[in-house]
Amino acid sequence: MGPSSDPPDPDKPPLLAVRGLVKHFTGARALDGVDFEVAAGEVHCLLGQNGAGKSTLIKVLAGAHEPDAGALLLDGRPVRVPSPHAALELGIVTIYQELDVVPGLRVYENVFLGHEHARAGWTRRRRMRAATADALRRLGHEEIRPDTELAHLSPASRQVVSLARALSRDARLIIMDEPSAALAGHEVDNLFRVIDDLRSAGLAVVYITHRLAEVRQIGDRVTVLKDGRTVASGLEARTTPDDELVRLMTGRKVGDAFPPRGVIPDDAPEVLRVEGLTRAGEFTDVSFSVRAGEIVGLAGLVGSGRSEILGAVYGATRPDAGEVTLDGRPLGLGDPAVAVRSGLGLAPEERKSQALLLDEAVYRNLSLASLRRYVSAGLIDRDREMADARAAIGSLDVRPAEPLREIRQLSGGNQQKVVVGRWLIRGCRVLLLDEPTRGVDVGARAELYALIRRLAGTGVGILLVSSEIPEVLGLADRVLVVRQGRVIADRAAESADEEQILSLLMKGSAL
Amino acid sequence: MRTVDPTATETRTPRAPSETVSRLSLVPKGPVLVLAVIVVAGALVSPYFATWSNVLTMLTSASVIGIISVGMTFVIISGGIDLSVGALVALTAVMATTAPVQEGGWVAMIAVALAFGLGAGLVNGLVITHGRIVPFIATLAMLVSARGLAEFISGGTPQTSLDETFNALGSAKLVGIPLPVWVFAAVVAVGWLLLNRTTFGRHTLALGGNLEAARLAGIRIRRHLVILYMLSGLTAAIASVLLTARLTSGSNAVGNLYELDAIAAVIIGGTRLAGGRGTIAGSVFGVLIFTVITNIFVLKNLETDVQNIAKGAIIVAAVLLQRRRAADT
Repeated sequence: MGPSSDPPDPDKPPLLAVRGLVKHFTGARALDGVDFEVAAGEVHCLLGQNGAGKSTLIKVLAGAHEPDAGALLLDGRPVRVPSPHAALELGIVTIYQELDVVPGLRVYENVFLGHEHARAGWTRRRRMRAATADALRRLGHEEIRPDTELAHLSPASRQVVSLARALSRDARLIIMDEPSAALAGHEVDNLFRVIDDLRSAGLAVVYITHRLAEVRQIGDRVTVLKDGRTVASGLEARTTPDDELVRLMTGRKVGDAFPPRGVIPDDAPEVLRVEGLTRAGEFTDVSFSVRAGEIVGLAGLVGSGRSEILGAVYGATRPDAGEVTLDGRPLGLGDPAVAVRSGLGLAPEERKSQALLLDEAVYRNLSLASLRRYVSAGLIDRDREMADARAAIGSLDVRPAEPLREIRQLSGGNQQKVVVGRWLIRGCRVLLLDEPTRGVDVGARAELYALIRRLAGTGVGILLVSSEIPEVLGLADRVLVVRQGRVIADRAAESADEEQILSLLMKGSAL
Repeated sequence: MRTVDPTATETRTPRAPSETVSRLSLVPKGPVLVLAVIVVAGALVSPYFATWSNVLTMLTSASVIGIISVGMTFVIISGGIDLSVGALVALTAVMATTAPVQEGGWVAMIAVALAFGLGAGLVNGLVITHGRIVPFIATLAMLVSARGLAEFISGGTPQTSLDETFNALGSAKLVGIPLPVWVFAAVVAVGWLLLNRTTFGRHTLALGGNLEAARLAGIRIRRHLVILYMLSGLTAAIASVLLTARLTSGSNAVGNLYELDAIAAVIIGGTRLAGGRGTIAGSVFGVLIFTVITNIFVLKNLETDVQNIAKGAIIVAAVLLQRRRAADT
C-alpha cells in the first residue's frame, strides 16, 4: 500500500479501491504496484509523466487489459473486470482522449450506441431522443440537439455527448483521459462546470491530466504515478505545492544508458535553420537551428505542437508562413519528396502506419528511399541492394539478422532500427526523429540511443521529439521547450534538469 | 542493462529464408493448383482438349483479357482499381478504325489506339490525383463516357478494318504460334520485369502497402499514380488492337464487362484487392483458369449461362482457397 489519506467518509468503503495492481508486457512492467482509492462525489486526479503507467491503469479499469496481480474493490467488494462490457455493467465508464464517438451518427444514436432502446428489434427513437435531451439538460447543455449529426459539433460538444453517454449507462465512476487536451480555454471552463455537477450528483471522477493548474481547479485529491508505481496517493489537490508534485513525478531511477555526448566543434556548420515557421492552430513563429553533429530535442506535451513542427519541416504538411534552410539553401516546403532529395530524413511517430511496409521483407524496407541508386540499365541490381541491406543490418545490429524476413515479425525495437537504417543507407544531412523509442523495450532503447549518437558523430544534424523528458535531456545536446505551439525556452541539455523542464511544460497551460 | 533484445528471438513461426523468397517472387500455389485440376478435368472429358491446336486456341483467346490483366495487376497492387478498361477497348477500337485514321495505314491505326489508351489513362490519373476522386468513381465515370464517345464517333455501327497488314495482327503466326500469343507473352514478360526488377514496381508495391510510408519516404505519389493509370490504359489499347485485328472491325459494343473479367483474374491470381501484394504470374494463371473453363464448356456444347454460373463459383472457391493458405502461413 502506498501512503494514503482517508476517504471523506471513513465509515463507508470507498467507491473504488485499487490494491497492488501489477501488469506486465513483454520486456516491461507497465504497472508495478498501483494503489489508490476513489470516493463517491470526488474528483480524483492522476498525475504522472509519459510512461508512468496511466494509460495501462485506465485500460485495466476499463476492462481492456486484465491485471497480472492485485485487486479492484467496488464498494469494498472484490470485482473482476474481464471485458469492456463488464466494466460498463459495473458502472465504470471511460472517456478516452481520442473520443470514441461516431461522427456520421446523430447525437442520440451516439449516446445509445451499443445499448439502444428497442422493441422486437425496432429502435425506439422517440424514447432515445427524449432520454438524450434529458441527459444533455442534466449536463447543462440543452443547446446540443439530439438529432444533430456529430460531425457538425465542436470537440467540446462531442465531449459532452460522451458524458451524456456515460450518464445513459448509469455510470458511477467516470474515467477521463486528458479531456482538456483538445479543448480551447472557454471550453475547458464548460467541461469543469459539467464535472462539478457530476460530483454534486454523487458520481466519482478519475481525471487524468498533465496540467497542474487543472488539478488545482477541479481536483479534490491527487495520486501520483511514476514508473508504474504509486508514489503518493490521496494528496490534497488544492494545497499540495507545485514543487512537491513535480518532485514526485520526476527523478526516475531506471538506468537508461545514455551514450556520452560528443564534442561539437565551434566551427560546426549550421545544417538546418527554421525561421518564423507558423501553421494556424498548431504552432506560431517557430525559429531554431541545428548544427552538424548536434542533437536538438523538442520537449513538449501532447498537443503542444512539437510533432506538428517536425511534420512541417519535413513537408508532410504545408506551413502558412516561415522558411526552412538546409545547408544554407532554402527548402521547398510542403512536399516530402523535395525534402528527401534535399537531404532530410524522417522516422515518424507511428512506425507501423507511417513508416513500414509491413508485408515486405526487411531489406525492402531498408532500401525504400534509395532504390534509384541501385538501378543499372533500368533494372534494380539486387546484389548491390542486398549488400547494402546486409551492411545496415550488421551495423544496426538488427535481430534476427535476416534481410528476407518479413518486417512484421520483428520486435518494435528492431523495426525502429530498420526505419533509422533506411536513412542511414540513403545518407541524409538532417534526420528528424519523432518519438524514436515509443513501444521499444529497455534493452533496445539503449541500442537506439547509441545509434542516434553515433549518427550525430558522423556530422548528421538530428532533431528529436520525445514526450519523455529524461530521454530528451539524456540524448540531446540542446533542448527546446515547446508550449502551446511556441518555443519558450532553449537550454543546453547538460545543465537543464528534469523538474525545471517539466514545470516549464506544465505551467500556464490552457487555463 | 541487457544487451540482448529478448523479443527479437521469440518472433512467431520462424520461417526459413528460402521459403520467404519463394513466397515473394514465385507463382502463388493456389491458382496453379486450381488450373491443374481444371486441365486434368478437361483432358478427361474431351479427347480434343489436350491437342496442340486447342492449346493455341485457348492461348489466343486468353491473350486479350490477359494483356488487360497485366495493367490491372499494377493498378490493384497500388491499392486502386480501373473499371474503364472494357470501355477503353471499345473506344480505342473505334478510334483506330475511323476512315481518316485507316488512310494512314496500320501504323496510324496502332498509334491512334495506343495514344487514346494512354490519354484516357492520363485523364483517369489526373482526376484521381488532382481531383481527389477515388479510383472506383473516377474510372466508373471514364467507363461511361468512353463508351459514349465510342458510340458517338462510330454512330453505333461497326467500322470495318480494310488494312490487310493490320488485320493480319489478329491471325498471323510466327513459328507456328499466333501473333496475339506472342504479344501476350511479351506484355507479361515486360510486366514481370517492371514489377519485380524496377523502382517503378517497388514503388507500386509500396503505395499499395502503405501510402503514407511511401509518401514520407520521398516517393512522388501523384506522378506515380498517373503513370499507373496510363499503363492500364495502354494495356487496354494493346488488347484492343489485337481484338480489332481479329474481328477486322471496330465497334463501340466490344470489350463489354472486360473490366470484371480482368479484375476477377487478378484477384484469383492472389493479388490483394486492398493492394500492397500481388504477382503478374498469378494474374496470368487467373486468366488461364477462366479461359480453360470456357474452352471445356464450349467443347462439351454447354451454354454460356452454365459457364457464367461456374465462373462465379470458381472466383469464390479460389479466393477461399487463398485465404486458407494465408491463414496457414
